[in-house]
Amino acid sequence: MTAAHVRKALFGFYILVFFAYLFGPLVIMGITAFNTPAYPTVSPFERFTLDWFSVLAADKDLVYGLKKSLWIAVLVVLVSVPIGLAGAMVMSQIYARARSFYYLVVVSPVLTPGVIIGISTVVFWRQTTNFTGTKFIYDGTVLTVLAQSSFIAAYTMLIFLARLARFDRTLEEAALDLGATRARVFFDILVPFLMPAIASAAVIAFLSSFENYNTTTFAILADKTLTTVLAGRVRQGTTPALSALAVTIVAITVLGAILYEILKRREEARASRRAAVAARAETQEFAVAPAAAE
Amino acid sequence: MHSSIGQFVIYGLPPLVVAAFFVMAWTERRRLGDAAPPGFVARNGWPVATFLIVAVGLWTVFMIVMPLMAMIDLSFRPKLPPPQWGGPKDFYTLENYKYFLFGSTTSTASWNVTHLTAFFLTIWVSIIITVLDFLICYPLAFYMAQVASKARLRFVLLLLIAPYWVNEILRAFAFRLLFGTQGVINNALVAIGVLDQPIDFLAADVALYAGLAYAYLLMMMFALYNAIETLDKNQIEAARDLGAPWWHIHTFIVLPHAKPGIASGATLVFMLTAGALAAPLILGGPRSLWFTPIVYDRFYQAFNWQQGAAYALILLVACIVFVLGVLKIFRLRLGEIAR
Repeated sequence: MTAAHVRKALFGFYILVFFAYLFGPLVIMGITAFNTPAYPTVSPFERFTLDWFSVLAADKDLVYGLKKSLWIAVLVVLVSVPIGLAGAMVMSQIYARARSFYYLVVVSPVLTPGVIIGISTVVFWRQTTNFTGTKFIYDGTVLTVLAQSSFIAAYTMLIFLARLARFDRTLEEAALDLGATRARVFFDILVPFLMPAIASAAVIAFLSSFENYNTTTFAILADKTLTTVLAGRVRQGTTPALSALAVTIVAITVLGAILYEILKRREEARASRRAAVAARAETQEFAVAPAAAE
Repeated sequence: MHSSIGQFVIYGLPPLVVAAFFVMAWTERRRLGDAAPPGFVARNGWPVATFLIVAVGLWTVFMIVMPLMAMIDLSFRPKLPPPQWGGPKDFYTLENYKYFLFGSTTSTASWNVTHLTAFFLTIWVSIIITVLDFLICYPLAFYMAQVASKARLRFVLLLLIAPYWVNEILRAFAFRLLFGTQGVINNALVAIGVLDQPIDFLAADVALYAGLAYAYLLMMMFALYNAIETLDKNQIEAARDLGAPWWHIHTFIVLPHAKPGIASGATLVFMLTAGALAAPLILGGPRSLWFTPIVYDRFYQAFNWQQGAAYALILLVACIVFVLGVLKIFRLRLGEIAR
């Protein structure tokens, strides 16, 4: 055996261990969801059952938390995507020292531990509410949206920055020369160009909000979301109903991913068809144009 | 009502900083003279410019800067029942920080061993987890960025992301099932006769470290992948043709090129690990050793928000020191890592 063979075998072994580490815990959790004992266990595998899924559906706290989490995630998308877009546009328009200072401020939430964002939001709004009397802000849902958006907006900003870097400014100028207003340029040129980035920013914002724990556990106050309910459960002791929940989440997201993939392929196919048609039209135009010139 | 200094720090400073920012931008435009691009409002039009300023203003002032200022301010205040907040007894003090060091607000006779140990252990373990994640991720990141075909890459990326669709709490729960005394590993080891009785992995913190390394793996993976991906394949080819052994290629070509990626991955993993709350709560052993659960307890068990704020600030400062240290070691600027 040569050295290259040894290296290849070692790499194969590493890949095996890596993916065992990545999937092992989840696979085992998945199996426990279908086993009868009240404590989640794989061996002995007594009997296949789906009871834990009905236990899950009947759990009022979890269902309440789930609804709350979904609601908060929608609000976070609505708050953080526009903010991220604005942040990225401002970033792309300033330069030099002002830019690095601005960058430091808006990227800092990404580099701040989540617990600290949660704590500082609660502390600030408690004090501010005390002397301004704006009681509606000091509410679990509102505070959670504010706290989560502060760093999720930074994520979305990074996505928009990447997309804006490829934006062709001459398109804007052309539209202005043709008499479009600034607002129309924004809505008819920039926003359509950013649409893919807006979609992925929304998805990322939704997911990061939905599964956030560190920030939420402080900002949610006495209220609860799915993750805080789950955290309480897991600490008290574990039941296979939680495994069933994980299986459900995985099933839904796998379906979502497959759907996304199908849509994307279809989009790509459509785009390439359109490109082919455009190319054909162009060659025809070239063939016709000289004749017309004569 | 708080003392006027506190009020000023929280509510006055951020607008001043914003004003300073505008002055800075304005003077820079002035210096550029005719070379300056069109002004902000001229470039965006009134409606869009207003949207940009309002959105960014609300975000930076009310969501980023002011809350942080309020937390810093609170951390220097004594523990008082809420009605007395801002009253005559509410003055600036270092007692929360004193408590962190000495376990008492008055005496400095003995060190606060529990909290100090927890703090330094958190920092130390976070560094170890960061290094561990780097070692785990590097080979695969290199493979994805330089070796794998496009189709294979897409598949590997899908495999990588899939486990992270599951909630953080449930992932930690999965590790409990794996490492518990009745868990899969113990059952297997007992069944094949390696052990005659189960080991308490949770108490030994094995589960905690495995879970933490798992939780933030992707941050390191994508940071490394992005950095290595920009390396020209020809450079590796050339080095190989010149007879460089594989470890030379990695040490002298790939790693130096991936420096910004390593730094940003390390920063993210360290910060997330040091600030992790779910994994320590669920997988931590009975000896409460992690720092974040202590912060949590300051708030919701001891109801000592002032001390909790001080502890949170200590954690934040530790993270900032780590980030600056990484930048110094790798000789990078902040802009290069937070991409």
